[in-house]
Amino acid sequence: MIEVDRKKCLRCGGCVSVCPATALTLTEHGITVNDNCNNCGICVNFCPVEALKRGEK
Amino acid sequence: MKEYDIIVIGCGPAGSGAAKTAAERGLNVLVVEKRAEIGAPKRCGEGLSRSSLKRMGIEFDRKWVRREIIGASVYAPNGKMLRVDYKEGPEGWVIERKVFDKYLAEKAAEAGAKILAKTEATEVKRTENGITVVLESQGSKWKAKSPLIIAADGVESKIARALGLNTTLSLTDVASSVQFEMTAIDIDPDRIELYFGNEVAPSGYAWIFPKGEKTANVGIGVRKPWAKKSALLYLQDFIQSKPGLKKGSILEVNSGGVPVGGLLENMVADNLIVVGDAAHQVNPIHGGGISEGFIGGKLAAEIASQAFEERDFSSAFLEKYNKLWWEERGKALLKLLKLREVVERLSDEELNWLAEYLKGEDLIDLARSKGLKRLAKILMKKPKLIKLAKKLL
Ligand SMILES: Cc1cc2nc3c(=O)[nH]c(=O)nc-3n(C[C@H](O)[C@H](O)[C@H](O)COP(=O)(O)OP(=O)(O)OC[C@H]3O[C@@H](n4cnc5c(N)ncnc54)[C@H](O)[C@@H]3O)c2cc1C
Ligand code: SF4
Ligand code: SF4
Repeated sequence: MIEVDRKKCLRCGGCVSVCPATALTLTEHGITVNDNCNNCGICVNFCPVEALKRGEK
Repeated sequence: MKEYDIIVIGCGPAGSGAAKTAAERGLNVLVVEKRAEIGAPKRCGEGLSRSSLKRMGIEFDRKWVRREIIGASVYAPNGKMLRVDYKEGPEGWVIERKVFDKYLAEKAAEAGAKILAKTEATEVKRTENGITVVLESQGSKWKAKSPLIIAADGVESKIARALGLNTTLSLTDVASSVQFEMTAIDIDPDRIELYFGNEVAPSGYAWIFPKGEKTANVGIGVRKPWAKKSALLYLQDFIQSKPGLKKGSILEVNSGGVPVGGLLENMVADNLIVVGDAAHQVNPIHGGGISEGFIGGKLAAEIASQAFEERDFSSAFLEKYNKLWWEERGKALLKLLKLREVVERLSDEELNWLAEYLKGEDLIDLARSKGLKRLAKILMKKPKLIKLAKKLL
């Protein structure tokens, strides 16, 4: 699963647009990740401010 | 359960464009916007050209203008500047998006649409005679229903995907962007500045859009895999390289994804039309999507109104939207996309070389997808670029 660094995230929703598993949602509290995440890392590659990180598994 | 003719999801320019037009056609329209404040925080450089405003069919109003823009300074990688002067009067404005988006929403409400901020569509479900939307607002949850949904939910585009239309952007089609609204900086307050080059902003550009004598949106958009680091690092490097910016203060930090590619052949499904960023309706050269979204929304409402006359909300009927949008906007945007795909394959040396042959007026033409042949002719002077140049013809 992807990890979101809430201190860096600007809540722009850009990562949501590229996630092929529609695992990301932009809520008023920031980005949430659901179980559909397959750790592909596309969103990590996209994020303009390096707020996303690949998790352990 | 409340029933409407149309539920519009998202109240950016695309949602307002759709809602205004649909309400003007006599339809009963609900617009839901999950943000607490329409238009804020912005994900935008706030540039709006005079010609775009005209296409939108919206009246000019001083209240959303921050700065009138008379031209542009475009920089090649080696620093050579091409000055673009618009002879037909001011080219456009840098606006205050927060004020502008609300202005558009007001126009939609004046036409009769019902708008609810801080109301999120959390679930959409297709039933036999339409779509049921679960709405959440301030801790309460209710359902609304309509035979037709217009998804104007911006780049996230979750609504279309929940209803079976895949709008996921490929990484190469979306510009990863960051922007600082800065003040106490030295700028040309009457012109926008654009910087190109594979060092400054690979597969993108850096911009300075003035909002006042000493205030501007300073941003950058880049695309992976060409970009080797994050957009934020590129922006920081850009600002550090300019003493007039480096000393400034930061008033606001924004980021975003701009769908500069991936134009969709199909933007409809049963009971659904997708518009604006959600349907990748953005100018592929400069990333402008305010007017494209609004117009995409307007056109959707026109087809929606026909669908109500025929009482037919099937994708087979709504496909008229694809045809209309491609005729009105898609063709022109596709031409610009092709132009971009050629220009962004040039190395910095080649861009510097090209800048020697171009004048400001040529750039105006190119931005309007004119003069492609002339550009191809120039590129063909270099044997290495002949193959690339042919793509423009
Ligand atoms: C950094 C940056 C700079 C840009 N600069 C410019 C520029 O200078 N000029 C220009 O013309 N364009 C610019 N753009 C592009 C422009 O901002 C967008 O194209 C435009 O806002 C698209 O309008 P829209 O209505 O489709 O989407 P948006 O304006 O994004 O509106 C979509 C709305 O839907 C809401 N929403 C999403 N999901 C839900 C839900 N489930 N329920 C309810 N509401 C929901 C969102 O909160 C949002 O308010 C820029 C973009 C970026 C990122
Ligand atoms: S792209 Fe980055 S900054 Fe934007 S919402 Fe996603 S994690 Fe946050
Ligand atoms: S890692 Fe892949 S699947 Fe997981 S959230 Fe990011 S883009 Fe989606």
